[in-house]
Amino acid sequence: MSTPLLEARSLVKHYGSVEALRGASFEVAAGEVVSLIGDNGAGKSTFIKCLSGAEQPDSGEILLEGKPIHLDSPTTARSLGIETVYQDLAVAPDLDPAANLYLGREIKRGGILGALGMLDKKEMRRRASEEFARLGVTLQNVDVPIGALSGGQRQSVAVARSVVWASKVVFMDEPTAALGVVQRERVLDVIRKVRDAGIGVVLISHNMPEVLSVSDRVEVLRLGKRVARFTAGDASLEDLVGAMTGALVQEDVS
Amino acid sequence: MTATTDSAPPQAEKRPLARRLAGANTLWIALVLLALIVVFAIIDPSGILNVTNLQYLLIETSVLLVLSVGMTFVIVTSGIDLSVGTVLVFSGVASALTMNALSGGDSTNAGWGVIAVGGVVAVGSGALWGVVNGLLIAKARIPALIVTLGSFGAALGAAELLTGGSDVRSVPTALGKALGSGTSFGGIPNMVLLAAVVAAIGAWLLATTRFGRYTYAIGSNEVAAQRTGVGVTRHLVLVYALSGLLSGLAGFMSLAYFTTTTLTSHSTDNLNAIAGTVLGGTSLFGGVGSVIGTVIGVFIPAVLNKGFVIIGVSPFWQPIAVAIVLVAAVWFDQARRRARNQR
Ligand SMILES: Nc1ncnc2c1ncn2[C@@H]1O[C@H](COP(=O)(O)OP(=O)(O)OP(=O)(O)O)[C@@H](O)[C@H]1O
Ligand SMILES: [Mg+2]
Repeated sequence: MSTPLLEARSLVKHYGSVEALRGASFEVAAGEVVSLIGDNGAGKSTFIKCLSGAEQPDSGEILLEGKPIHLDSPTTARSLGIETVYQDLAVAPDLDPAANLYLGREIKRGGILGALGMLDKKEMRRRASEEFARLGVTLQNVDVPIGALSGGQRQSVAVARSVVWASKVVFMDEPTAALGVVQRERVLDVIRKVRDAGIGVVLISHNMPEVLSVSDRVEVLRLGKRVARFTAGDASLEDLVGAMTGALVQEDVS
Repeated sequence: MTATTDSAPPQAEKRPLARRLAGANTLWIALVLLALIVVFAIIDPSGILNVTNLQYLLIETSVLLVLSVGMTFVIVTSGIDLSVGTVLVFSGVASALTMNALSGGDSTNAGWGVIAVGGVVAVGSGALWGVVNGLLIAKARIPALIVTLGSFGAALGAAELLTGGSDVRSVPTALGKALGSGTSFGGIPNMVLLAAVVAAIGAWLLATTRFGRYTYAIGSNEVAAQRTGVGVTRHLVLVYALSGLLSGLAGFMSLAYFTTTTLTSHSTDNLNAIAGTVLGGTSLFGGVGSVIGTVIGVFIPAVLNKGFVIIGVSPFWQPIAVAIVLVAAVWFDQARRRARNQR
């Protein structure tokens, strides 16, 4: 395989005495969907946070297109084209969907008012509606606070926000957890579209059929370490479950 | 592609104006204010609608309004600023002492150059207190309640140290005449005009600019704001600096109006500003609020006060009535939030 788009080598992360990551490695190529699976508490969310700048690993290396990078904040990661859907969504519930989509990337008006910081709300709302329509996010109103939407709608907005801005990698931490059948299919379609645009997608999910249907590859995390890697076409449900529970070990776990 | 057209999601729309208004707290609180005025006007038609009474009502509320505009920004970030009243006093003292020093000890006849310096000192010293508050809250991560409770005491202590505990009574006459008791446009007090300008700029800043949007975002979900690249620490320092700056301006206005430093009469300004802000629909939980709401909210206690005097009810009822309205407003806000979060 050529140089992976994003690669993590032996990341270690402690929370006090809890060792959430114990030398976890990972890679994703451009135009590839990789699922990261593992039992509750395996360290998946922590891993994603380290790779998206929300947390800093205690040791280990992160490489983007072969070059070591230091992700000191989510802003740094975003400026490198890495976007994330966090498990806790990280949306502002009192702001409307358009404001959330453009949070941190607001469009200002032209002229002197823009220079004073005045926002072009209309333009942001218009573009947001377009993006939501394109990505299949159904909202009755664009001007209600996002906290007043259903859990699934909120999740769809968070997914839309990440894929609209990503140019290299998108991390999605359980993006379909609260979704109904139709919305779930839409998100999976979005994931495929994003992949076809040449972006690397990393999906965390506990839904094995979903994992097998959308991923190109699957990496398994257990107790803070990668224990197995599969090509989705070759892996069976039993393999995945075996790797997650520790019945099947491919990689060195000394 | 035709097959997918009918299943394509409908374009999201803005809600009709009437429904958006009905959902806004501001409308309800405006109706409460209107109802109060109507009731007092019916009981005594010549009382509250009398021009002199109205002028006094507005002037007496203008200093509090300036404090409350700053308070609105702070509370929208889900913070609190208990120091506004004593920072007001400190800034007034610093300003008065500076003007006196520049005029050889007594600034009563000082000119506009000295007065301008006094204004800058008032606003600047207020902003400085605000920056200190902001740094302790945003950088050192000490709860806003504790930090501003500390500066509430410290600012008053510092003001009393500077003055030896007695009010500075020499204030430029020109300042008192122009800002304190002057009027423009056929009878509108300059104090009121200044407060209105501050409120208008504050409303614009909060509702339409990126600064305002970040203020809401931080109050709504600080982690989300930080993860999307909002400079949370810097923004919080700026918000507390703004509150301090406006406290300084209010100190200058108070100095102009009373032509003395009024050391002892601002110990409950902080609570009045919080009450006005919260009455106006700004949520103590952050993320929700407006300056327009605050303008209305600040006038509810003021109208109750004047109204009780006019209709001959003991003014001691005013704090009780305000307390009831305030608790009801917060209860309403909480119920609304609970309903939303249960989804
Ligand atoms: N902020 C934190 N402080 C302390 N411990 C933490 C923190 N975040 C995670 N942990 C611990 O790190 C370990 C891994 O947690 P993580 O959230 O990464 O798991 P996960 O694989 O995402 O699980 P799930 O499937 O339930 O989302 C857990 O033992 C958890 O208790
Ligand atoms: Mg998780």
